[in-house]
Amino acid sequence: MSIITVKNLSKSFGKVEVLRDINAVVQEKEVICVIGPSGSGKSTFLRCLNRLEEISGGEVTINGNDITDPKINLNKVRQEVGMVFQQFNLFPHKTVLENITLGPIKIRGTEKSEAEKIALELLNKVGLKEKASSYPGELSGGQKQRVAIARALAMNPKIMLFDEPTSALDPEMVGDVLEVMKQLAKEGMTMVVVTHEMGFAREVGDRVIFMDGGYIVEENEPNALFGNPQHERTKAFLSKVL
Amino acid sequence: MKIIAVALPILLQGLQVTLYIFVIAIILGFLIGLVVALLRLAPFKILNWIAKVYVDAIRGTPFIVQLFFIYFGVNSLHLISLNSTVAGIITVAINAGAYFAEIIRAGIQSIDKGQTEAARSIGFTGAQTMRYVVLPQAFRRMLPTITNQSIISLKDTSLLSVIGIADLTQQGQIQASATFEAFKIWLAVGVIYFIIIYLLTILANIVERRIQLR
Repeated sequence: MSIITVKNLSKSFGKVEVLRDINAVVQEKEVICVIGPSGSGKSTFLRCLNRLEEISGGEVTINGNDITDPKINLNKVRQEVGMVFQQFNLFPHKTVLENITLGPIKIRGTEKSEAEKIALELLNKVGLKEKASSYPGELSGGQKQRVAIARALAMNPKIMLFDEPTSALDPEMVGDVLEVMKQLAKEGMTMVVVTHEMGFAREVGDRVIFMDGGYIVEENEPNALFGNPQHERTKAFLSKVL
Repeated sequence: MKIIAVALPILLQGLQVTLYIFVIAIILGFLIGLVVALLRLAPFKILNWIAKVYVDAIRGTPFIVQLFFIYFGVNSLHLISLNSTVAGIITVAINAGAYFAEIIRAGIQSIDKGQTEAARSIGFTGAQTMRYVVLPQAFRRMLPTITNQSIISLKDTSLLSVIGIADLTQQGQIQASATFEAFKIWLAVGVIYFIIIYLLTILANIVERRIQLR
């Protein structure tokens, strides 16, 4: 069953069109990787999926809700869609544990003790249980990103969006974060991952979308897309990054 | 020294009035500032405009004119009758409110957009995002400027003596003319203001250090 449907999505910043006629469908439990040169619109595309970016035209349906409908309760929809950012965006004034429990306690009304129990389980899962009482400023980039993943998971989302989650990390930190993401994929999380990690896209992605100039140029299974790209632009991009 | 010993209890009475007016006015002023800052950042042009007019009007006029406008001007309409203390509190609050609004607005805008995006992506409403994520961080950054403005407002209360409020300055004036010891009395008044403001600064530093530890 499709959990994300994107129809004729377009997005402009003023007169600049950054997304043109995007169509995509994501099935439940699928892992979609979005690749492409910078400025291709891939991050904007991802950010349209929870309407962090206002949508200029077209339709985006998340979990059966048309999020372009002006009457939609966007906050409700976003609770089901976790997002992980390139710059982590942890709340620096809160401890790791508080970062993770803030949403469940304030939005879902979960008991504090229960929220903390779940948070500790999630921290354990991302390998950072001992950092529960640290502040984000005391963590390395890779640790921050794993906390950010735990924070998103604490809302028990149906979909996880990743916006270049490893791009701001030191190379030796990338592996830990990708490992957590692989584990998530294995557990059947629906994921849309904007990434420059071609290895990850190839190994974990069920499908890979290549974007350039605001269009989806090509979309295929990873082996087909990486092994036998159909479009010139895909070939040119892959020849530079692989 | 005898003069001071006699005058001091009276001056301290005046200090009480000064502090009473200051505390109420600064709390009101802060709340006004918070509301006006949020209006200024609200996604409605008309609200932004109202907030801007208020801030500009206060910044563009002298405190004493604002005080006379509220105490003499508003009272002369005979719609309401403000006693001098209420008029004084209102003036200090409205005046400080405009400056606080600018401080708070700048503080909010200094918080990285990513913080708001992260909170909204979790499912927080705009108001919850402000309350739990943006404002707590913004206040940490604003604290030194807030302290500064509070000190200015405290000193502004001395102008309230002009409309007959028996504050520290007013009591000083009375004592100075009653004793003919202007030098000693005004020196004492200055020292009292200085001590209060110094204590306020120390308090602010303690609070600041405590929250910066994180």
